[in-house]
Amino acid sequence: MGFMTDVSWSPYAVGIGIGVLSWLSFLISKKPIACSTTFAKASGMLERLFRGQQVEQKAYYAKIKLKVDWQFMLVLGVILGSLIAALLSGDFGLQWVPPLWAATYGESALLRVAVALVGGVFLGFGARWADGCTSGHGISGTLQLAVSSWISAICFFVGGILTAAILFG
Amino acid sequence: MGNTPGKAKGRSELLWGLAFGVVFGFLLQKGGVTKYDVIVGQLLLTDHTVIKIILTAVVTGMLGIYAMKSLGWVELQVKSGSAGMNIIGGLIFGVGFAVLGYCPGTIAGAIGNGYLDALIGGVAGILIGAGIFAALYPRLIRGILQKGYFGDLTLPGLFKVNDWVVVVPVALIIVAALYWLESTGL
Repeated sequence: MGFMTDVSWSPYAVGIGIGVLSWLSFLISKKPIACSTTFAKASGMLERLFRGQQVEQKAYYAKIKLKVDWQFMLVLGVILGSLIAALLSGDFGLQWVPPLWAATYGESALLRVAVALVGGVFLGFGARWADGCTSGHGISGTLQLAVSSWISAICFFVGGILTAAILFG
Repeated sequence: MGNTPGKAKGRSELLWGLAFGVVFGFLLQKGGVTKYDVIVGQLLLTDHTVIKIILTAVVTGMLGIYAMKSLGWVELQVKSGSAGMNIIGGLIFGVGFAVLGYCPGTIAGAIGNGYLDALIGGVAGILIGAGIFAALYPRLIRGILQKGYFGDLTLPGLFKVNDWVVVVPVALIIVAALYWLESTGL
């Protein structure tokens, strides 16, 4: 079981693992692995805390339903699974500024957090607009050969590659 | 009291969700894609870990899912789409992908890995972005999101052919692309 404590695995082993996991989620839960709707639910639930039940009447929240469901638990599970993997290999560590970012923009945690927040706004907004993210469209949708997912996944990378070139070019 | 079959089924569904998430998060962390440097490295085309994982998952998943579909064991869960949704939304997502350096799945993994820019900045941003979308949704759904609507179409459906006429060539192309990527040393 020494491989459980390795810091990283071959991307091919990880990819095969995720592929097999998708078989099981279709078989057992009849659902594809996906993550981004959970953030929209969480956003609506937070708003409901402050503004009350009327938030549930918003057309989008009426559509996706503001309750903890299978996918919500999956996202919580991702946090836990990653934590376990990182602890097993000793890769866990608190970090504010990623090295690649620091090499170009410096060590300021405040700057990095502010930029991450802005990036998050685009990501959260775009994921809802496209109705999926790198997992729902990029993996689960493309493996089903969904047209919506192939278009989305290609656009995720086109937008990402162009933006990264501007940021670090 | 309270232990109706419906409730028990709901609970086991939630537990399965958690279990799938734990394995998914474990794999993402071991794959290195809970790290900003690996994701942005992919978008800068200097580190191809992300695309290797995605393409391997897609080819593995596709062969299994379509085999099980042929056997009548599973049904596809295809998302409806439109040009207005998937192109524009995809490009906006891409901008966020590069600026944040995580996506909705890997940011959950990044939190588990201890990355505070993900937990404090990124998650707050995603919640705000999703909230803005919910506020604009009634207007968007009557306009831009409907432009070029094609529904829950798959590639075999688009070409009006048997599933395997698409599955086999796509699998071969992905394997060839991965082989090429590896042979160039990237």
